[in-house]
Amino acid sequence: MSLNILEISYLIASLTFILGLKMLSNPDSARKGNLIAAGGMLIAIIATITLYQDYDSGKMINYGLIFLGLIIGTVIGTIMAKKVQMTSMPQMVSFFNGMGGACAALIAIIEFQSHQHSTVTGFDGELLVMLLGLLIGSVSFSGSIIAYGKLEGKIQDKVLPMNQVINMVMLGTIVVLIVYQMVSGSDPLLFYVLLGIALIYGVLFVMPIGGADMPVVISLLNSFTGMAAAFGGFLYGNKAMLTGGILVGSAGTILTILMCKAMNRSLTNVLLGAFGSAAPGGAKSASGDQTVREISISDTAVLLSYSQSVVIVPGYGLAVAQAQHICHELEKLLGEKGVEVNYAIHPVAGRMPGHMNVLLAEADVPYERMQEMEEINSKFANTDVVVVIGANDVVNPAAKNDPSSPIYGMPILEVDQAKNVIILKRGMAAGYAGIENELFFYPKTRMLFGDAKATLQKLTAEVKEV
Amino acid sequence: MEQVLSYIGENMEMVYFLLLAILLGVEVISNVPAILHTPLMSGANAIHGVVVVGAIIVMLQASPDNYLALSVGFLAVLVGTLNVIGGFVVTDRMLEMFKKKPKKS
Repeated sequence: MSLNILEISYLIASLTFILGLKMLSNPDSARKGNLIAAGGMLIAIIATITLYQDYDSGKMINYGLIFLGLIIGTVIGTIMAKKVQMTSMPQMVSFFNGMGGACAALIAIIEFQSHQHSTVTGFDGELLVMLLGLLIGSVSFSGSIIAYGKLEGKIQDKVLPMNQVINMVMLGTIVVLIVYQMVSGSDPLLFYVLLGIALIYGVLFVMPIGGADMPVVISLLNSFTGMAAAFGGFLYGNKAMLTGGILVGSAGTILTILMCKAMNRSLTNVLLGAFGSAAPGGAKSASGDQTVREISISDTAVLLSYSQSVVIVPGYGLAVAQAQHICHELEKLLGEKGVEVNYAIHPVAGRMPGHMNVLLAEADVPYERMQEMEEINSKFANTDVVVVIGANDVVNPAAKNDPSSPIYGMPILEVDQAKNVIILKRGMAAGYAGIENELFFYPKTRMLFGDAKATLQKLTAEVKEV
Repeated sequence: MEQVLSYIGENMEMVYFLLLAILLGVEVISNVPAILHTPLMSGANAIHGVVVVGAIIVMLQASPDNYLALSVGFLAVLVGTLNVIGGFVVTDRMLEMFKKKPKKS
């Protein structure tokens, strides 16, 4: 009886995961979808604790520890998730993902301990599932933690000499060790060697990948953890773990590919090629001795106030400076003066696809004002002023004109079509991809140097005066 | 080889399950707009936290005097819960931003 209820609970949980994921892919139902999946998760957890086996008073300590783990995890998880800044969202997701990977690996370790006492003859499928869960879980754990550290700025980009070769060798060793264990039976020493290699592999796998590509890696590791969870489900014949894990595994893989597409790069390119290491293209030397023209804040204020239409292009620089609120204020002020203001959001603006929308929405910018690239690109020709705030690569015309540029082919916001371009920037440093931007030297471009937040504050004050 | 095949044969139900779930995952995700990539990834991240169910099962199966299993299992429950709770709360915070606000004019 109670076992049937348990199975039905898992069925319900599986359904909520599918439904939740489906609803998450539509802006109107996304929030509800997340809550539904969370509800299903709660059902699965409660059902497992109460129904998995009859209450055994000899196992008081087990129950105590389970509840302690659940409570501490809930408290810490909630605090971390509530406190994190919107700009740090990507690394937070990466951290939680790493925790899931660690959980899967730990399960495999315990199961391996008890598995050793059983004597299986012939093909040991259980052992294989365990080993795979252990490997993928640990790679996901160490990789996610490195990704977290890199995005937090705690770990610097570092490429070992022959990093790719070392990685290939490690991957080969892992495969050999698995095959060996499968043939010769389980060996505790080899098991822990495998664990160690997997952890190091996770580190070396993420280490050489540049910051701009980190979201893709996080998404990939996310689908890894999904697979690890699915292996756990396979081990226990647990349907909820299977559905949840496989669903995330396959959906995560597709999502990773979609993200790569949004950046016009292939997955292999992201994983094997470091972005900045591309040879300096011809555009760099051509624009070497050109000068940029600056514009004062008051001139900018006048220019903006007497425009018909203004488009703001926000980039990660805006987010870092926490300038989205003041930016929205400027937009409202201009709106009151009858200027039409829109935001042009590049698919990879910010640190992740969709990240910029979240940041602007946080500052109360209405959804309708945020326009996607395809939508806005046709309107630039009729735009009086484009204000680029802390963005660089996504407006670089080299992506269209210069086949030697490493970002050639990436879809960009065609701001050079507009009548005037004002670029708000801290200094002349190159963008994330480390390439020169010829847009800065165009005759219609004016530079406004300074911290995004401070400059926008002064600008807003000036616009009020006009 | 024969043993491998028979193992698969014994678990045929699971293999079907696997295939269908993979296809379902692909189907559900395609056509998602770019602005939802981040919340979707975060939501999926929370869903694979279901691995915590496995950690709870491990704990329930462990004998009360197996301290190694108990402590490792406790750690597994803890980090699994972090994944679930943190994942859902972060996703909810992101999506909160997307809700349409009544127009103030």
